[in-house]
Amino acid sequence: MIIHGTRLAIEKRLIPSSSAFIVIPFISIFLALLVGSVFLYFSGHEPAAVYLKMFKGAFGSRYGITETVVKAIPLTILGLGVALAFRMQLWNIGGEGQLYMGAFAATWVALTFPAGSAWWVMPAMILLGMLAGGLWALLTAVPRALWGVNEIITTLMLNYVAIFWVDYLVYGPWKDPAGFNFPLTAVFSEAATLPGLFDSRIHAGLFFGVAAAVILYMVIYHTRWGYEIRVTGENPAAARYAGMNTTRNILLVMMLSGALCGLAGMCEVSGIGHRLQHGLSPGYGYTAIIVAWLSRLNPFAVIPVAILFGGLQVGGFMVQTSGIPSSMVYMLQGLLLFFVLGGELLTGYRLTRLPAAGEAIK
Amino acid sequence: MSVPLLVEMVGITKKFPGVTANDRVDFNVREGEIHVLLGENGSGKSTLMSVLSGLYRPDEGEILINGRKRNLRSPRDAIKTGIGMVHQHFKLIESFSVAENVILGGDGTPLVLNKKDIENNLAQLSERYGLSINISAMVWQLSVGEKQRVEIIKMLYRGSQVLVLDEPTAILTPREAEELFENLRRMAAAGRGIVLITHKLNEVIAIADRVTVLRRGKAVATLDKKEINRRDLAWLMVGQDVVFQSRKKNPPGSEKVLELQNVNCHSDLGLSGLTDINFSVYKGEIFGIAGVAGNGQRELAEVVTGLRPVNGGKLLINGKDVTGLSPRRIMDHGVAHVPEDRLGTGLIPNLNAIDNLIIKDYRRELLRRGPLINRRTARINAQRLTDRFEVSLRSLEAPVKLMSGGNLQRLLLAREITSQPHLLIAVYPVRGLDIKATKAVHDLLLEQREQGMAILLISEDLEEIFKLSDRIGVLCGGRLAGIIPAEAADVEEIGLLMMGSDKAGDTAS
Repeated sequence: MIIHGTRLAIEKRLIPSSSAFIVIPFISIFLALLVGSVFLYFSGHEPAAVYLKMFKGAFGSRYGITETVVKAIPLTILGLGVALAFRMQLWNIGGEGQLYMGAFAATWVALTFPAGSAWWVMPAMILLGMLAGGLWALLTAVPRALWGVNEIITTLMLNYVAIFWVDYLVYGPWKDPAGFNFPLTAVFSEAATLPGLFDSRIHAGLFFGVAAAVILYMVIYHTRWGYEIRVTGENPAAARYAGMNTTRNILLVMMLSGALCGLAGMCEVSGIGHRLQHGLSPGYGYTAIIVAWLSRLNPFAVIPVAILFGGLQVGGFMVQTSGIPSSMVYMLQGLLLFFVLGGELLTGYRLTRLPAAGEAIK
Repeated sequence: MSVPLLVEMVGITKKFPGVTANDRVDFNVREGEIHVLLGENGSGKSTLMSVLSGLYRPDEGEILINGRKRNLRSPRDAIKTGIGMVHQHFKLIESFSVAENVILGGDGTPLVLNKKDIENNLAQLSERYGLSINISAMVWQLSVGEKQRVEIIKMLYRGSQVLVLDEPTAILTPREAEELFENLRRMAAAGRGIVLITHKLNEVIAIADRVTVLRRGKAVATLDKKEINRRDLAWLMVGQDVVFQSRKKNPPGSEKVLELQNVNCHSDLGLSGLTDINFSVYKGEIFGIAGVAGNGQRELAEVVTGLRPVNGGKLLINGKDVTGLSPRRIMDHGVAHVPEDRLGTGLIPNLNAIDNLIIKDYRRELLRRGPLINRRTARINAQRLTDRFEVSLRSLEAPVKLMSGGNLQRLLLAREITSQPHLLIAVYPVRGLDIKATKAVHDLLLEQREQGMAILLISEDLEEIFKLSDRIGVLCGGRLAGIIPAEAADVEEIGLLMMGSDKAGDTAS
């Protein structure tokens, strides 16, 4: 590309800059905060003070930290789920819907066996939650694998179906008769509730997130199947050339991705709400996409990035009291993604000068 | 020479990383002539014309248009000075009408369109040059030939004095090609200059007023119509400095490793890719396939490796019928493949050398540890292979895209050869390599042949084919035009077979 009126041109680098690889996420965060501060300034706030208050709100107190972790749990599990799909260049935008389906299936177990203090209730909720999320994702993986139907559209559309399905249940057949007509189900029994930790809202889902990161890391970098995923994602032609079964892998990866998202949904109902309710997730499924990108699809990087975004949400909630709308958080998230993607471009290109000769055309 | 020059390109040099696509090329176009630019794939034809049409800026040299030195910064600049290019891949919007596509992006397009005026204008233009087309049709409804006509009308509408067509007949039926040529003659007669890029000799004979031959980025000759004959052109295009290296040719063996019986397949467009191919490759033999790229080489390599389905005919490896088996099964029959596009198909640029070396072996017992890959063994193997094949790399852990072309090819060959295949398919194995790396790759191939491997070598480089092959097959238009034992082969004969000349001797005069 040639920039007119100058003698500069943008040229593709043969070898992406490796220092930029590390620096760019940090620059992206800085730029996002900078641009965000312009909006804050013009809406009559002191940007530095707001950011400081957000930071203190998220990380400055025991309550803030535990709440940040509470938000980071679903973001970690979802982030791992979508990152796995992204590895194979499957753009699973349906984390939100898969979360809702996982929550739905887990709730079904909890409501169907209410009195049971039976030991198998919890494993059954986990299993069915994951299965539901996985099958929900599979609905889009099959047309993608067989006919090349764009999974971005299908996964996104199915989010609405899943959300409205849960809404139908909590407003209709599953509504708690003793719930004063609120859109929520009855409270789960003890056996269907994930144990809490540290005397806070943090729950055992924390272990699921950490375990999932470790397992996913092992799967991706050390198993034969993970190797196939990496090869297919990096170079589909090479995968075909090596005789790998891409169709099968698309189905499996999407299903596992959906299963993790379903697990996140199960954790939310079983660990936080102890019931299924309207507005179960404040868009975790979408935030997880940013988490996955910012962590460069590395399973271990997902955890700190999820904590950062959890903190952003908690911090945003804290500053609401000073009259700053909570949508500020989503604006900052959007800016972050924007600058991360923009930074991606910079690692692959550089500016060069052009020689000039001859008469210019008017 | 009273005919004025529309375009004059002087000393054009254009370099890309690792390759000089144009090396001090002089080229000009006269008013009212059809000037053919002839050369094999990769000889720099398209690059030269991309420079003329403002897509690339030359590193050196200058361009004069109607006698004035010009600095073309973009295709828009080129169009303003009267140069229009019709690319191989059309730049049309499928859901727009013909008329809308033609006026799109043009400078004279008013804010409010007068549909009637425009359509009348276009109708006149197309009638004048016999470019029949339905102006209000949507582009997606048109055939390929019609789309090409839209591109031509678009350029004429924008006032192009010089029309450049990049291999326009490649996508046309013979009937359509004939029609196109008539139209081009009419345009030339009206005083425009036409540049036609091609690698087909018949087209030069049929239409050229002058021809410029490019080889390896250099303009080797410009001939007038009366000087043109097939034999010289073929010689200029491929031969000239082919050095014959005498080498002991192996006597044909008796064990058939690969056998193709009346093999047919489709091309990517669903047309005929290969037609009735029959040949065998014996143990300890290098069978070279010569031909201009795009005449079925890729299809042949893909059919033999199972990547492309066979539509009729039989494929045998060591006497066993492997027709229709998956790439993986064919691999298991002992077929290795060095593909045309190393980084695009054979290797994974962002993964490291270890991961790249196990792509065919990762399922084998040796590398297994339950569901895991035995990283230690993989690493030791990688170290051993890179040492033995003298692949120089910074580290086994670095992404292979950081390696040079020669090293990448060695890495790929190391992997394919050590799988101890019965048959190796090597497609353009030295493309883009320097002399030293080329020699190393050639020595490797010869060494493997000595050890009894059967090698199917597909190459555009006749020098390479002659140097390595025991027998040579020539592909042209998806058919095997002939099989010649290497010691009996001569460059001219093969050159003519490659260019699709029916009889080698018909143009001796």
